[in-house]
Amino acid sequence: MHTLARAREAPAFRELGYWLFRYRRTWRGSIVISVANPLLFLTALGIGLGKLINRNHSEYLHVPYVTFILPGMLVAAVMQTAFLEASGPVMQAARPRGNYRAAAATPLAPTDILYGHLMYWALRAAQNAILFTGVSILFGAVSPYRAPFLVPIALLVALAFAIPAAAWSVTVTRPSRLSAVFRFVVLPLYMFSGTFFPIEQLPAWLWPVAWATPLWHGVDLARTVALGTATPPGTLVHITYLSGLAVIGLFAARRGYRRALHV
Amino acid sequence: MSAVLIEARGLTKVYGKGSEGFTAVDGIDLQVRRGEAFGVLGANGAGKSSTMRMIACVSPVTAGSLRILGRDSATGGAEIRARLGVVPQDDTIDGELTVRENLLIYGRYFGLPWKVLRERSTRLLEFTRLGDKSDAAVATLSGGMRRRLTIARALINEPEIVLLDEPTTGLDPQARHLLWERLFQLKQDGVTLVLTTHYMDEAEQLCDRLVVMDAGRIAAAGSPAELIARYTTREVLELRFAREERQIMTDKCRGLAERVEELPHRLMLYTDDGEETLAAVNARGVRPQAALIRRSGLEDVFLSLTGRSLVD
Repeated sequence: MHTLARAREAPAFRELGYWLFRYRRTWRGSIVISVANPLLFLTALGIGLGKLINRNHSEYLHVPYVTFILPGMLVAAVMQTAFLEASGPVMQAARPRGNYRAAAATPLAPTDILYGHLMYWALRAAQNAILFTGVSILFGAVSPYRAPFLVPIALLVALAFAIPAAAWSVTVTRPSRLSAVFRFVVLPLYMFSGTFFPIEQLPAWLWPVAWATPLWHGVDLARTVALGTATPPGTLVHITYLSGLAVIGLFAARRGYRRALHV
Repeated sequence: MSAVLIEARGLTKVYGKGSEGFTAVDGIDLQVRRGEAFGVLGANGAGKSSTMRMIACVSPVTAGSLRILGRDSATGGAEIRARLGVVPQDDTIDGELTVRENLLIYGRYFGLPWKVLRERSTRLLEFTRLGDKSDAAVATLSGGMRRRLTIARALINEPEIVLLDEPTTGLDPQARHLLWERLFQLKQDGVTLVLTTHYMDEAEQLCDRLVVMDAGRIAAAGSPAELIARYTTREVLELRFAREERQIMTDKCRGLAERVEELPHRLMLYTDDGEETLAAVNARGVRPQAALIRRSGLEDVFLSLTGRSLVD
């Protein structure tokens, strides 16, 4: 108990406290979105489009289309939220009038500020993933026994995107650069990382590109776990790739935060 | 009561590296003692804000030593910041929170319990005359109120030293006077104040001692009265001329005072007796459009030290 109490006194928790305090104003809306988002996607793609696909290509996917896309949708949605939460808000907070500047004048070190914000992204990602998989279970789109494994996978994907995004955003001063990356990096990843269709549908020369993208590793990890087709080597490669991204991002972010906040 | 709280020796700040480096602070020495109001004066770009940021422990020292509250700023940053109150030039008030929430959430950064923060925030909002605004959105505050809120926030951890970077820049005269009055009260309560300003009247009102910075160096140090006695005469005669005869008249005035400074719109004659000098000016046939005799102030000290006016 003592160590737990001491850990909660760690400076990083004060920064987490700030973001949670702000979240009090928007939490209801964000929960509605977290539930409505999978509902709409699963209805439109799973039932609407899915019927068409199941009728014509059921032998190809082996499973109903809704079961196929669900893990991809979850991972892609988590990636998108992680990028959005760790880009714009970080840039704003690092500006001369931003929260990071206020926090930097207190006992918090730049790395405390980073860790505190990072914990907030992790909590938000976990919350989204739990709601998303909950809705999916009700839809019958995932086995209730395998669904709990999707939450830590979604969390790993969120961190693999949020941390590098923050490392970069803390150095950015023009908002247009963030939206450019969202449009030309995040959205294409969303479309071409096997979220909606198996990447084998792409021309063969594009496969290595897809294999190299971090989102494909997240999608394939989540899908193989959800469908029960995961193999130890594949799973290991995916987890190593995503963890590697998070760890490299963390080193870059620590350096970036120090340089930006202690000029 | 004369304990030294801040001591800088050869304090230097260089931004960038190698030949592209820019030296903002160039080896300054200074000492701030407990309970005094210490001013750092200078024009924009003189190195004031860089000095303040190093004292606030949010900017690593490039060279020299800086000790604050008995600790080295390089290794004791977090402990030092815990005992400082900072009023930055760009106020970092959170526009999404109310006035009181800004104090509460900032106080949490110092690890203070909510109970203590609720009590202190009420007291500090009264102190900064924001009591009736405590549940207002920050967006509804005037510039002067925002600055007072920043000051209330800086006091939430009951700091031993309060750092104020250009505290009244951009405020109207009434707001400035209210702020000065509150800062004076803080000083009475024994809080050590360090402030930068480019307003001479502000420095004269508030500071016990000050340094004048120019191009990253300290040009002079002392109390306002000492600096005035050392660097300028007792009185100043200011003359204004019509544009077409300004040069001729200026030439005629040479040698009539201890020192003569030409500014774009004024001619300043430094003398111990303004009336006598004005009589001498008139005797030479000089007919200014306007003549003003006044006591010397810090503005004149700055002019004499740097050859430039602070504000024009």
